[in-house]
Amino acid sequence: MSSGAVAAANERRLTIARAMAEAIAQEMRIDPSVFVMGEDVGTLGGVFGNTRGLFDEFGGERVRDTPISETAFMGAATGAASDGMRPIVELMFVDFFGVCFDAIYNSMAKNAYFSGGTVKVPVVLMTSTGGGYSDGGQHSQCLYGTFAHLPGMKVVAPSNAYDAKGLMTASIRDDNPVIYMYHKGLQGMGWLGTEPAATVHVPEESYTIPFGQAAIVREGKDVTIVSVAMGVHNALKAADLLAAKGVSAEVVDLRTLVPLDRDTVFASVSKTGRLIVVDEDYHSYGMTGEIIASIAERDLSVLKASPQRVAYPDIPIPFSRPMEQFALPSPEKIIEAYEKMKGRRGWRWM
Amino acid sequence: MYETMLVSRFFEEAIEAIYLEGKKPVFNMAKGPIPGEMHLSNGQEPCAVGVCAHLTSSDIVTSTHRPHHAAIAKGVDLARMAAEIFGKKTGLSGGRGGHMHIFDPDVNFSCSGIIAQGMGPAVGAALSRKMQGRDGVAVSYIGEGAANQGAFHETLNLAALWKLPVIFVIEDNAWGISVAKSASTAIPNNALRASAYGMPGHHVTGNDPIAIFAAAGEAIALARSGGGPSLIDIETDRLAGHFMGDAEAYRPKGELEALRARDPIPAFARRLQSEDALSDADLAAISDRARSKVDDAIGFARESAYPEPDEALDKVFV
Repeated sequence: MSSGAVAAANERRLTIARAMAEAIAQEMRIDPSVFVMGEDVGTLGGVFGNTRGLFDEFGGERVRDTPISETAFMGAATGAASDGMRPIVELMFVDFFGVCFDAIYNSMAKNAYFSGGTVKVPVVLMTSTGGGYSDGGQHSQCLYGTFAHLPGMKVVAPSNAYDAKGLMTASIRDDNPVIYMYHKGLQGMGWLGTEPAATVHVPEESYTIPFGQAAIVREGKDVTIVSVAMGVHNALKAADLLAAKGVSAEVVDLRTLVPLDRDTVFASVSKTGRLIVVDEDYHSYGMTGEIIASIAERDLSVLKASPQRVAYPDIPIPFSRPMEQFALPSPEKIIEAYEKMKGRRGWRWM
Repeated sequence: MYETMLVSRFFEEAIEAIYLEGKKPVFNMAKGPIPGEMHLSNGQEPCAVGVCAHLTSSDIVTSTHRPHHAAIAKGVDLARMAAEIFGKKTGLSGGRGGHMHIFDPDVNFSCSGIIAQGMGPAVGAALSRKMQGRDGVAVSYIGEGAANQGAFHETLNLAALWKLPVIFVIEDNAWGISVAKSASTAIPNNALRASAYGMPGHHVTGNDPIAIFAAAGEAIALARSGGGPSLIDIETDRLAGHFMGDAEAYRPKGELEALRARDPIPAFARRLQSEDALSDADLAAISDRARSKVDDAIGFARESAYPEPDEALDKVFV
């Protein structure tokens, strides 16, 4: 369900951070095996607010601050999960995963397979993604593609608080490792500056959003714009601008990268004939290429024009504001991509 | 313990012989009934039995890339482990894991092919037992090379900080593939590192199953009583190469012969004869039982079918 569909009466608008914390608290109340550990998840409530209130309600035994020992606590999450617990682990910035990647992609992600399915590893990793606030190249990356590329982990990236809550509940209940990647610019933390459209109505009761179901967040007929997280908001803004030019854009929010809802994307592109993929992760070898390849492999003839991508250039993220803003995807770049597509009339432009 | 050591040794000898099938005269790791790397545990059996004799199936063991002896001592299903090593459908993991990825949840055994990466999971399993109020301790086997990994220091600190029922066991065979411990490690005795994390450190020399049993008994009793983790550093001997096919040119001349002369299995047999008055006939009977267990397991593995190739696509998610 899209956020727009529920934004009506009895609104209960939450930030993504509060929606995440609410989902975790609700699961912790009904399932004693669920616990949280990580850096600053306790009394601070998470640097990005997504464990706020949990320490007060559940105490330090179930909401554990860890030393800055990512290899140890990622490994511990795997061991605890295989022994009947459901750990939710916070690692502040996705940029920090290098120090503990082995514990994640060689063990957490592979143990179910190595054991022939006899060992389950129900871990939720929470981590922040994204830049735009001049935090430099070790605190601003997205790395969606890195995790989506490696087999054995489900990859979640919500664009709004409604989805954030439902996807978190689904993540906790899943028997597989899930990396839950929340964008700092959508989180609702005042000091980061937040995209207001991410703060939407969130029902109080518990609900899940199934993995692998993309949402059509805006319907259109001339071009499909596919993205996740912050990119969805850029796409929606671009769609407004395109509408003013008489172009009807459909916006698809993938919501999960693994599993990937190729069917919804294909159906949309079959209808519009044109595809732009927007990603704040790096340009090459990433989600943008994957989406385009999925369409091309399935049926190239649905395309009326060459697909375009709007992604982060293949550079480390620069600090200086004008340089960083130059590199980030934006609604304007999506319009440019559309114009470029239109400019290449060689092939069945209608 | 003696019988388990023999099962382990006979198992490794059987694997060694079968591993070489199809790999002569030109060694090619991909050939034969058992392809891939093979790390045999010959000589390190005392570390396995001396610790695991204190454990039940509900206790947790994580092991290394050299896991067979520990798996056998923990009670992993021998036939299904053999079948896994052969890559057969009847293997513990249906052939998806292989010799470095032995998982038997029935006895809470697992291992990792990555140095020190069993340590975090052992700490997590111990945390799980503590949080759930369930009995059980976790034992993490590592080699002496792993003591120089970040994971070693992070997990010792975390286990001590949270006072978890976990025992870290270093099997110090003095060699990290070709690099001698003296060339990799700043101190001669890794048990000393325990003091940096406020936990007891035991240093056991002589590759002696009885001495290991005693140290492990203390550490495990402490963990079971809520006293937190311990570190046990065991000087042991690797009687085989790092992996099968390793020419071992790095070993000083005569070292391997000297190690073989102090092979812990005949030494243990002599001790059992002198101290417990086991007769030659007793020892022969134990040996026959061990041999027959191994023969049955290897026979099961040989006769089992391979998985269908496309089963490779299953079990990524559960």
